[in-house]
Amino acid sequence: MTGTIEVSLWRGGKEGRYQVFSVPQRVNQTVLDVVTWVQRHADPTLSYRFACRVGMCGSCAMTVNGRPRWTCRTHTSKVIEDGKLRIGPLANLPVIKDLACDMRQFFEKWQAAKGVFSPSKTRADAIEKIEPASAPRVAADAAIECINCAVCFAACDTVRWNEEYLGPAALNRAWTLVNDVKDAANRERLAAVAANGGCTACHSHQSCQEHCPNKLNPTASIAGLKRRTMQAYLKGEL
Amino acid sequence: MMNIRLYVLQRATAMIMAPLVLAHLFIIFYAASRGLSAADILGRTRGSIGWGAFYALFVLAAAAHGSIGLRVIAAEWAGLRGRRLDIVMWSFGALLAMLGLRAVAAVVLP
Repeated sequence: MTGTIEVSLWRGGKEGRYQVFSVPQRVNQTVLDVVTWVQRHADPTLSYRFACRVGMCGSCAMTVNGRPRWTCRTHTSKVIEDGKLRIGPLANLPVIKDLACDMRQFFEKWQAAKGVFSPSKTRADAIEKIEPASAPRVAADAAIECINCAVCFAACDTVRWNEEYLGPAALNRAWTLVNDVKDAANRERLAAVAANGGCTACHSHQSCQEHCPNKLNPTASIAGLKRRTMQAYLKGEL
Repeated sequence: MMNIRLYVLQRATAMIMAPLVLAHLFIIFYAASRGLSAADILGRTRGSIGWGAFYALFVLAAAAHGSIGLRVIAAEWAGLRGRRLDIVMWSFGALLAMLGLRAVAAVVLP
């Protein structure tokens, strides 16, 4: 494959502009390859973030032709429109510079949703057996493969409208722990996700599910949290 | 702006309203198909504790349900927060309840 792609890259912070580069088109080229080519051959001051390049670390997500995507696993041939690519930073997060966002609020919301495992046993206790086919394990399995890329966070309307909202990734993480029978902090976790900005703020637009590169369904996880928090509230546990 | 208490209240009022809406629609079709006059209808509703309770419950459920919904819209689309948001929710709920209960009183009180 030959030819070039007209690539517009966001330059600057909150205020800035798109700068156009002409990048050689290659076979099996990813969007991350394009950004890397620009930094290595056209402008070494371009800032962006990546690590693994194979869809595991979740650090290279950007807005590509209007949609949040993991750039390392997105082939340019699938997203080019009229020979053009427009690549910007993720939405719903403050821009540090160029294509790199400040991810702090994304991870702080994981903490706020009690997304940290809280052990109920010590190393002296026997390891608890979890049946792979048990309902809680199946529910956790369906949501466990999140790589924290923040694509869902950038795609979510409710995140954009409501700064308190914890977001799909944090709530999806909380749902995996709610279904972890070894976890000891579920009362606090349910209280955290039942408060203002928690699971009840979700409008079920399902943009998270639509855009998740790992094909997870955070909307379903949030629906599970809504059921579980409602049950806890009606029992007087919240 | 939306917590589990408001969420449960909004779902509970929706569950209350679902059968009431169906009954209300049935009543409209019944009255229209039988050609009931205003006097016929008032003759049945005036002094009726049953009709009064039916529509008073409907009005209160709708007022609570709608004002919680408006609260979320006011927060997300108009950027209201805190006390101002509470004022909008309670004012709208009170207005709906007042208008609705006034209409119920008009057809139920003898």
